[in-house]
Amino acid sequence: MTLLTVKNLSKTFDTGRGPIHAVRDVSLSAGEGECLAIVGESGSGKTTFANMLLGLLAATSGEIIFDGKPLQPRRSARDRQAIQLVQQNPLSSLNPKRTIGASVRLVLDTHRIGDRANRWKTVERALEAVGIPGDMRTRAPSSLSGGQRQRVGIARALACHPRLLVLDEPTSALDVLVQARILRLLNQLREDRGLAYIFITHDLAVVRNIADRVAVFQSGKLVELGTTEQIFSYPQDGYTRSLIGAVPVVDENELALRNKLAVTP
Amino acid sequence: MIRTLRIVGQNPLSLLGLILVALVVLAAALAPWISPFPSHNGAVVDFVYANQGPTARNWMGTDLVGRDILSRILYAYQISLFLSLVVLAIAPPVGTLVGLLAGYMGGWVETILMRIVDVFLSIPPLVLAIAMMGVLEPTLTNAMLAVTVMWWPWYARLVYSLARSEREEGYVLAAEVIGASTAHITFREILPNCLPAIITKMTLDMGFVIIIASSLSFLGLGVQPPTPDLGSMVAEGARYLPDSWWLTVFPGLAILVAVFGFNLLGDGLRDLLGVDE
Repeated sequence: MTLLTVKNLSKTFDTGRGPIHAVRDVSLSAGEGECLAIVGESGSGKTTFANMLLGLLAATSGEIIFDGKPLQPRRSARDRQAIQLVQQNPLSSLNPKRTIGASVRLVLDTHRIGDRANRWKTVERALEAVGIPGDMRTRAPSSLSGGQRQRVGIARALACHPRLLVLDEPTSALDVLVQARILRLLNQLREDRGLAYIFITHDLAVVRNIADRVAVFQSGKLVELGTTEQIFSYPQDGYTRSLIGAVPVVDENELALRNKLAVTP
Repeated sequence: MIRTLRIVGQNPLSLLGLILVALVVLAAALAPWISPFPSHNGAVVDFVYANQGPTARNWMGTDLVGRDILSRILYAYQISLFLSLVVLAIAPPVGTLVGLLAGYMGGWVETILMRIVDVFLSIPPLVLAIAMMGVLEPTLTNAMLAVTVMWWPWYARLVYSLARSEREEGYVLAAEVIGASTAHITFREILPNCLPAIITKMTLDMGFVIIIASSLSFLGLGVQPPTPDLGSMVAEGARYLPDSWWLTVFPGLAILVAVFGFNLLGDGLRDLLGVDE
């Protein structure tokens, strides 16, 4: 079942020095429970694309169809609930002046999920689902490690039971070991809850481990779209080939070993 | 609280500030009981002791009509602190509200609010206050009003720049994605992150408001006689310098102690709360 269809989506920013075409005529779709990776270098329009999916930016033209219905730029609460975001930097994505429990609870309060009286219980369960003990909900983000903070970010995104999660480089601010654990958590959550992911990254090793399909963006355009297998084995586009070629690999065996380590629990 | 006191205690200058502020506040609060001549707070004349230097009876001398200067300074602290507190109860909330809305919402809200702020900031503060007092009656209430009107734009400016940088933080984006209201994002998410800077500025400003209020009364535009005021005491005595030095030196020192105290305390708070300006 197709969950998300994007048709001819474009975004142009008018600046003093003329228009900037951040996203040009992008069409793609993602199925329920699918993980679609979006790769491309900085400035390729990945984040602008994500912001339009999240309803933070209005598209210049084109449309976004979610679950069979076109999404309006001004989202209803239900549409907002359905698409959530996990950000790159877990340091800034949690308010330093609020407890992590309060940050998660904001989702429940905003969407009036459950009884007021039971919401702290719900918060604790949401934290436990991502491997954070429930009684840590009164802690400040500063007392958590980077990986723990990113788990809280994931718990927050999942608290309103979204169907699509936009992950904007969720592992690139973390060290390698923690990265692997977060990826494992994301894979497991996707399986358990049937979530679809739009996984934005420039880390191709990560893409191999998590994505079903890959969309390659270059200066706002979708230059290639295919299954992860296809893209890595037979990249068609010259740009994709250069991206894959740019992965710093010391030798093939080491790459194989690294990938194996990252996927095995 | 104990931790706070310990950190303040580790910094000798802020500790000095805390002690000076405590002394000033105590002096003002206990004025009726500790001042040697409580009645000299008002229109009292005692020509036998007029215009005398410091003596055992009048530690800081007497003024031109024989009133004890120490007593009048203690009562003047009451007025100064009251005025500062009123100004700082009104100006920061107003400025913070304007700054938060302009900084977070951007667009035309930002343009309109910040241009109004710029208009206020473009007039030198004292000139604005003097102009207002020229139109209004010179009373304590109007002095507070004038100082408040010149004071809030500085808070708007401060909070605006803080809110603008906070707006770029991930937690604001997160709240927007969730669909939280503008009121929630500004007051519950952004404001708590601006509070340390606001509180620090308020502490520093206690001293500055005392100076401005004293300047206004020095010019005859603030608190009117016979109510004691540090600024008008300095102004009165200035004509008799250097012979009757005690008329100006002691009220001047009193202003210095209060302003110095609040400044040191404010600096200490800034370090304590980790605010960088």
